[in-house]
Amino acid sequence: MLKTKKSESTKAKTPKTEPKKENAKQESKIKELQTTRERKTVIMQGNEAVAYGALDAGVNFFAGYPITPSTEVAEILAAELPKRGGVFVQMEDEIASICAITGASLAGAKSLTATSGPGFSLMQEGIGFAKITETPCVVVNVQRLGPSTGMPTSPAQGDIMQAKWGSHGDSPSIVLYPDSVKEAYELTIRAVNLSEKYRTCVILLMDEVIGHMRESVRLPDMANVRVINRIKPTVPPHWYKHYDENQKYLSPLASYGEGYRFHVTGLTHDAHGFPTNKSSEGGEMMDRLRKKISYNIRDLVQIESHQMDDAKIAIFTAGITARAAKAAIAMARYEGIKVGLLRPLTIWPFPDDAVRKMLRNVDTVIVPELNQGQLIHEIRRLTKDKSDGDVIAIQRVNGQLITPNDILRKIKEAC
Amino acid sequence: MMDKSYEIRLSGSGGQGLILAGIILARAAVIDKHKVTQTQSYGPESRGGYSRADVIISDREIYSPEATNFNCLLALTQEACDKYLFDLRETGILIIDTTYVKNLALAADNTYELPFTEIAMEKLGSPISTNVLSLAFLVKVTGIVSESALEISLRESVKPAFVDLNIKAMKLGFDLAKNYGK
Repeated sequence: MLKTKKSESTKAKTPKTEPKKENAKQESKIKELQTTRERKTVIMQGNEAVAYGALDAGVNFFAGYPITPSTEVAEILAAELPKRGGVFVQMEDEIASICAITGASLAGAKSLTATSGPGFSLMQEGIGFAKITETPCVVVNVQRLGPSTGMPTSPAQGDIMQAKWGSHGDSPSIVLYPDSVKEAYELTIRAVNLSEKYRTCVILLMDEVIGHMRESVRLPDMANVRVINRIKPTVPPHWYKHYDENQKYLSPLASYGEGYRFHVTGLTHDAHGFPTNKSSEGGEMMDRLRKKISYNIRDLVQIESHQMDDAKIAIFTAGITARAAKAAIAMARYEGIKVGLLRPLTIWPFPDDAVRKMLRNVDTVIVPELNQGQLIHEIRRLTKDKSDGDVIAIQRVNGQLITPNDILRKIKEAC
Repeated sequence: MMDKSYEIRLSGSGGQGLILAGIILARAAVIDKHKVTQTQSYGPESRGGYSRADVIISDREIYSPEATNFNCLLALTQEACDKYLFDLRETGILIIDTTYVKNLALAADNTYELPFTEIAMEKLGSPISTNVLSLAFLVKVTGIVSESALEISLRESVKPAFVDLNIKAMKLGFDLAKNYGK
């Protein structure tokens, strides 16, 4: 299946009839598009920011099946990628989409797809394949409410655990979670960068409200955007190992067609990618998948600490709910209540050390989230010394946001 | 100019162009160099069902992007008016389309009542520009963005073929506000 997708994509990318002159012309046009795009303050939608973040990070392949509330990402990339020499493919479904971006990545592309809950569920197997084959790619999941098709236009934060555990077989995940349009742009670039660096499928979780919200933003000039590309092998082809255990778990990645010989399979494999059933090699491979995340936790974890210095009450939440929390904190501080916010920008791997350290000084933790209790379990795990009453939940799953007043009420109850 | 944020909710039913009106207003606020967020809520239908757009304009960082206590409410349907009226501030401005809003449960101090849809049909030949007509009225009454910013934003936000019609609707909206009560 992957092979077919790959051949399709390469065919679309370099049509045989296209002369070299045209290529040069296109390249200069691409350069012009990248450098002259106006970076003034504009009104921009979250999904739009994801699309432009992807382009600025160098994504040149998108395969997807458009779905509310993520559709604008596909719409914009369908218009913009061909102009830049990239490829946009509308697939028959989400299973094909994740397979196509994995295949394109193995052929050397930077690839991304965007979806919502129903599609994210279908993609789980493919995400596992990208992880075990250590293939860089990015999946954007703009969450909606409920199981199955649920409420397509309503916000929810129900996929937090699915983003970590959705694919079977106990492998670590990198999942980022923005709280504004600007951050959607920044974290999209970061997601692409981390996928290239750590050779894995990185997930960008978004809230429906962030995806559809428009905000005044000024994106950084291209000169200030840091782009990471995968490390390419420098060894002679016959020395190349697709999964090189001597490279601090971040091994170079050759693309198909570059003269390096490697095998790609979803089965447990050896350093060259060939299937193995030996417990020693299988165990090594699992170890490798775990260690490349856990050994680099400092690089992966990002957290925002907002008014926590003197806080006696901490609010812990991510995404859109953190915006309501900040509004609630402003109101509470006006009344002299010492409250602050901890917000993970990277939710997986969970920022254990950072959170533990910051929670040590507070009496109470409030965890508001648009689900029936997901982040709160991580907080309870890290606050074993606190009694049940010291970790307070605010949960909502009716398609409405948690308001600043909802949070303010709980802050006052905790005083 | 603004110490606090100014919250506006534009409400009605799907197909009335309220989200576009919200985008036009938000873009005008950016042109006037304010910070702005614009959010929306609507059903899965492309026409009918409920629809609303929130615009928050401020000179400070805007935390919560959802309007909860409006400075101004525009209601183009009875249902929207009934649903959101009680979240309008006491000092807030209420603008209703009397083509569809027949009962007012609570009269706000600053209530503006006009049959916007009827006026659009009569003066512009179609109800399609009711959104821009009522938005221009709102801008003139609240003064929240400049008239010129609204015009620039409008020209940037609608398809070229519809610019003339919408500019006409905008000017009519300004005139209606100027002559209101006379």
